[in-house]
Amino acid sequence: MTSRRLLFLLPVGLLAAAGAGFYAMLAGMQRGSFNPRGVPSALIGRPAPSFSLPPLEGSGKLGFALEDLHEAARQGPVLVNFFASWCVPCLVEHPNLMRLAAEGVPVFGINYRAGGRDDPGAVAWLRRHGDPYRRIGVDLGGRVAIDFGTYGVPETFLVDREGIIRWRMAGPITDTVLAEDLRPLLRRYR
Amino acid sequence: MVPELGHYALVLALLLACVQAGVTLVGARAGEARGALLMAAGPSTAIAQAGFVALAFGCLMWSYAVSDFSVANVAQNSHSLKPMLYKLTGAWGNHEGSMVLWVLILALCGALVALFGGNLPATLRARVLGVLALVSVGFLLFILLTSNPFMRLWPIPEDGRDLNPLLQDPGLAFHPPFLYLGYVGTAVAFAFACAALLEGRVDAAWGRWVRPWTLFAWSALTVGIGLGSWWAYYELGWGGFWFWDPVENASLMPWFLATALLHSAIVVEKREALKVWTILLAILAFSLSLLGTFLVRSGILNSVHAFANDPDRGVFILALLFVTVGGSLALFAWRAPALAPQGVFAPVSREGGLILNNLLLATLCAVVLVGTLYPLFADLVWGAKITVGPPFFNAATFPLFFALLVAMGVGPLLPWKRADLWAALSRLKLAAAVVAALVVVYLAAVDRTLLPLLGFACALWLLLGAVTDFADRVRLGSAPLAESWRRARGLPRGVVGGILAHAAVAITVAGIAGKGLAPERITLLQPGETTTLAGYVVRFDGTRPLAGPNWTGVEGRLVVLRGDRELAVLAPQRRHYPVARMGTTEAAIRTSGLADLYAVIGETTENGATVVRLHYNPLAPWIWAGTVLMGLGGLISLSDRRLRVGVPSRRRAAAPAAVAAE
Repeated sequence: MTSRRLLFLLPVGLLAAAGAGFYAMLAGMQRGSFNPRGVPSALIGRPAPSFSLPPLEGSGKLGFALEDLHEAARQGPVLVNFFASWCVPCLVEHPNLMRLAAEGVPVFGINYRAGGRDDPGAVAWLRRHGDPYRRIGVDLGGRVAIDFGTYGVPETFLVDREGIIRWRMAGPITDTVLAEDLRPLLRRYR
Repeated sequence: MVPELGHYALVLALLLACVQAGVTLVGARAGEARGALLMAAGPSTAIAQAGFVALAFGCLMWSYAVSDFSVANVAQNSHSLKPMLYKLTGAWGNHEGSMVLWVLILALCGALVALFGGNLPATLRARVLGVLALVSVGFLLFILLTSNPFMRLWPIPEDGRDLNPLLQDPGLAFHPPFLYLGYVGTAVAFAFACAALLEGRVDAAWGRWVRPWTLFAWSALTVGIGLGSWWAYYELGWGGFWFWDPVENASLMPWFLATALLHSAIVVEKREALKVWTILLAILAFSLSLLGTFLVRSGILNSVHAFANDPDRGVFILALLFVTVGGSLALFAWRAPALAPQGVFAPVSREGGLILNNLLLATLCAVVLVGTLYPLFADLVWGAKITVGPPFFNAATFPLFFALLVAMGVGPLLPWKRADLWAALSRLKLAAAVVAALVVVYLAAVDRTLLPLLGFACALWLLLGAVTDFADRVRLGSAPLAESWRRARGLPRGVVGGILAHAAVAITVAGIAGKGLAPERITLLQPGETTTLAGYVVRFDGTRPLAGPNWTGVEGRLVVLRGDRELAVLAPQRRHYPVARMGTTEAAIRTSGLADLYAVIGETTENGATVVRLHYNPLAPWIWAGTVLMGLGGLISLSDRRLRVGVPSRRRAAAPAAVAAE
């Protein structure tokens, strides 16, 4: 009987815990120590998660795994870029990715296909706008996107020589982002 | 003068709510005989309270209608050039005004309980009115202390700051009232739950009184969520309809629980079982409605939903949430163990199916709750910044949805008490054969992606399940048509509503599955260039400038061709609202009822090419047609004779076997 009583007290207990948590959040927001809106990646300063992706058929590029990323990173920082042909902001950052690729920065593409959403236009899209990627992996089912904690597409991660994620951009790499954030970082981790 | 009148009316409403709570709760405690006089004062105070809140809301609408910019709330959210419709709907397009609307709906519900609750036992009605009054007191205090919409402004500004242009839209103008109807409807179910705990009695009659309110709340919530998603589809211009945005989730969670409550109340009514769980569901459904309000208004969650966020307000709502939910849950912990579990039931039976429904819906709600709150708590406790987005929600909820849909097809065919699963499944042989045929044809001819196929198969299964249910009930085929017609007309409306709502879910699921197949094309087009999509040729004829009452913009012209024939002209717009300093995209949608052709234009580059995005969304309109039908099913069920009149007295309900014969 007592354990039945305890079971009935469980909701109140959960509420008390949640209430305390929410209060701490509000208090932190007022002090400025808690900001629920900042969205830097949890992975910054941490090794890139392990994965292995099949190639994008028809693109003529190999798929890749974390080991391939490490291999390429020995010569200098690499970028991992989540993209999809249906994403408008991807088109915005595309010229900048092409520029970086032409300068020799290795850009690894991950074709984002979460939620059963296929991307049959990916190859045609790359043919039309140019292909900046050294290798292209297809993230069927979006598991790698979850492991990287992505918001959506486009999203770009900078991985340094040790295989540590140093920077994350949720959204397109615009000219400003390229000039003010990415270029200095590329120099720093060279 | 008018704003002061409104302010004063709110204060009077607060005092009346205090009186209402006092007389009803004390009267009910004194007992049916000794407290009769006190309890008799309850209904009239409830009606008067509703009258004063309505007066206050009318004053606020008036201030908006005449653009009285001396009222701070109007100055911040309106503009003299705005069309009248959006001036009026602007009254609830902001934090303060929407809270008044919330309280107005709550007070109106209280007045309805007072007016039509004559056949409730006196103490139960008094307690329901008392709990509703307590909720009113909390929210009126909140409005008067932290969010007064009638605050004056000095000096009076020349013009207002305009409403967020995304909200200046017919779909969104009526989205909040429906959602609030839903949220507040759960408040009535909550009041019934608390009253039952205070009474210490839950029986079949109680289940029957809770059901109409839950149905009403559920229908309104369904339509409200549908309107919101429809708005997101055509106004946000991303081509999607559901983004697992925290605020969307905040409205979806009460919906899951209201759906569960709707079904578990049937078990209480028919079998007098599942009482404790139903009470808990009623409390939690309302708690999650409040949680949604708290998360949005406090600024803890950020989203497209534009409210002035303020942590101070957050503390007040948190306290309100804590007192309301904590009080009711403490009451639950104290009184619910006394509600002895009754009724034995077999796992395979109608009630067993309803329990499965409840388990799945509660799990879905828990998944969404965890996905929404986990990042916040992870940040607070470990300082880890993580985001949980659509990939998580899709991966975690789809299997549950599919299980729910498959079970939904079979459940209504199971009889009460003890069922034979094979007998029920054999009635669905034809349905299963048709679904199997669909799968084969689909794989061979249409597409091989798994999720849309599963969605279509489940939708068809569910639809055929509903049709089988209906056909069996009217003996379609096995009896003469005239006999079937007579039976169809004689079906209880509750049954018809249920069948319709289940079929409507099938329609919505088919629409969502169709969206999974939708091809899209994004290109840069020079005027005169063409592109193709799903067998259509689309010619871009360039853009032209355009101006509205409080915005300027450009409109693109896209001609849809099949062969040489012009099928349609799409005119998507991009608008800029100078006062609010915001832009919006207005998608152009051409629908055939079976598919949408959806176009959005983006920026024009220096060399004259414009970014054009085209979607071909098969079955997309079905998503919202389904939600409207679901709401309609709820309303039909609500008009059931059983709920309207002849609400049984407790004595009659003591013999549930007499009513269980369906």
